[in-house]
Amino acid sequence: MSAVSFDDVDVRYGKRRALAPFTDRVESGEWVGLIGPNGAGKSSLLRAAAGLVKSNGSISVDGVSLATLHTRERAALVAYVPQDPLIPDDMTAFDYVLLGRTPYVSYFGSETAHDRDIVCDVIDRLRLGDFAPRHLGSLSGGERQRVVLARALAQEAPVVLLDEPTSALDIGHQQQAMELVSEMRAHSGLTVISAMHDLTLAGTYTDRLVMLDEGAVVSSGAAADVLTADRLGDVFQVNVTVEVDDGTVIVVPRRGSSTPDPDAHLGK
Amino acid sequence: MTIGADQLPAAEAARTTASNAVWYAASAGVLVVAVLIGASIGPAGPPWWQVPLELVNRLPLISFDSGVSDAEWNIVWRIRMPRVVLGGLVGGMLSIAGASYQGVFRNPLVDPYLLGAAAGAGLGATLALTSGRDITTSLPIDLVPMAAFVVALLTVSVTYAVGASFGGTRSGVTLILAGVAVVSFATALQTLILQRNLELVREVFQWILGRLSGATWADVRLIIPYVVVSCIVLMLHRRHLDVFRVGDVEAATLGVSVARTRLVIVIAATFGTAAVVSVSGLIGFVGLVVPHVVRLVAGAGYRRLLPLSLMFGAAFLILADVIGRTISSPAETPIGVVTALIGAPFFIYLLRTRKVTL
Repeated sequence: MSAVSFDDVDVRYGKRRALAPFTDRVESGEWVGLIGPNGAGKSSLLRAAAGLVKSNGSISVDGVSLATLHTRERAALVAYVPQDPLIPDDMTAFDYVLLGRTPYVSYFGSETAHDRDIVCDVIDRLRLGDFAPRHLGSLSGGERQRVVLARALAQEAPVVLLDEPTSALDIGHQQQAMELVSEMRAHSGLTVISAMHDLTLAGTYTDRLVMLDEGAVVSSGAAADVLTADRLGDVFQVNVTVEVDDGTVIVVPRRGSSTPDPDAHLGK
Repeated sequence: MTIGADQLPAAEAARTTASNAVWYAASAGVLVVAVLIGASIGPAGPPWWQVPLELVNRLPLISFDSGVSDAEWNIVWRIRMPRVVLGGLVGGMLSIAGASYQGVFRNPLVDPYLLGAAAGAGLGATLALTSGRDITTSLPIDLVPMAAFVVALLTVSVTYAVGASFGGTRSGVTLILAGVAVVSFATALQTLILQRNLELVREVFQWILGRLSGATWADVRLIIPYVVVSCIVLMLHRRHLDVFRVGDVEAATLGVSVARTRLVIVIAATFGTAAVVSVSGLIGFVGLVVPHVVRLVAGAGYRRLLPLSLMFGAAFLILADVIGRTISSPAETPIGVVTALIGAPFFIYLLRTRKVTL
């Protein structure tokens, strides 16, 4: 288990600031959901943690600054699942999950029996045995998502970053994917940071929510504290009601919104 | 039926090993047959069926009368075999380089000439044939292949420098566009030089169309170190090429130094390509077509694709050369024409049927 610390992390694309100095600490085994409208800085934060964009400030895992690590060392600590993973149709699910062992394979080497055993264990745990020899192109969207998560799990990184893990899935597969992440976290003690658009799902599955808007933190805390109708109206420019049912915070959009264009605050 | 975790490693390993063994044996068989055909067919020399017998006769501990005289054997060994071996080296090198380029740029339509190796070699050869003409005759070495090799490397270096200055080594796309620009520039320079030396147009175009005629063992010795080193480096990067299949972003998060690895693969593929092009001229479509055929029949995984491209590419060019020297015998059809006549229709088929992605 590993805690992730963000100290004054900011991300810029040219002159545009995508993320204002961000400071937070995600505890070991905690699942933090990043929410906010498009362009709020959620993906930029994840991409900075994954080393995909340059950032100022410091991101560390258990006190080790990620900036000081070699690419392979970082990959052994932090796994990243992008919003739209590039999935080669003619690669088998087994070979795809095996790519997760890349951080542990030497430059000119290949996977060992130990690597294959780990992949098999992951495939078994995620109940993907039937899919293992099949080409990815023959799998459904939900099945692919499970294979993608399996690859991240095979990476054996204690920190997993998920960028919109349910964006392309129907409601059933959304729930399955979230349950799977929850199961992975419970089994392997993972620290999870995920960017999410579905506020109800985010509130249901994560331990804590961080709401971002225009690159800055608006609110952070338990779902019931962050997901208030007024705040959502201000940040997302929407008309919603928020209900609590048996401890689950449910965000329900309402018709008759008198709010302006949701993208207006982005300057579009 | 669900496959249990304890059964999966053995099942996967057995499946892969058996499949690989079949494909490697098949490719080796095809190459041996291609070599025998290449060595056996020609306008002069012994009857075709005596050549395999004589080759067996030349093996240690075997001796019988194959009916091939010493003079006939000289034709086979000094004229045909260097040509066959050179064809194999050129075809294998262009194919493995093409497969590597396609993998590292994740673009099915690129070939080994993408970053300017061909245009540079053509420019170098043109320079040597024009300004270096007087010098060439007084030198003990042939200046044309040397100039082609050097200018090919220079051209690719310029492409890489231009692409890198726009971040092209990270995404690959800018590098490809830089290649387009540099290739256009080199081709324009070559055209300008040819326009001022019209008497050399025929000679230069003969070189550009590619040829294996006149190949000697010296040519083989000249390029073999480059080909061997290049192939070894590329083979050692087969796993990296498989990781590149999930894109640069995910490759980076899986621990691959994308820009550095891409540079190493491009350098290795370019050195080998420049070396073979310097002696064979520009033989098109081999580096594009062979990897795709292998993909279609044996799968797209690079661990198998690279060795199979090497073997089948070698066999393809040897056989294309046989066609080139027999269909209009005693005249020879340039091998570049033969490969293009086979490759162009396939290229069109590829464009129509396969998704093109950057």
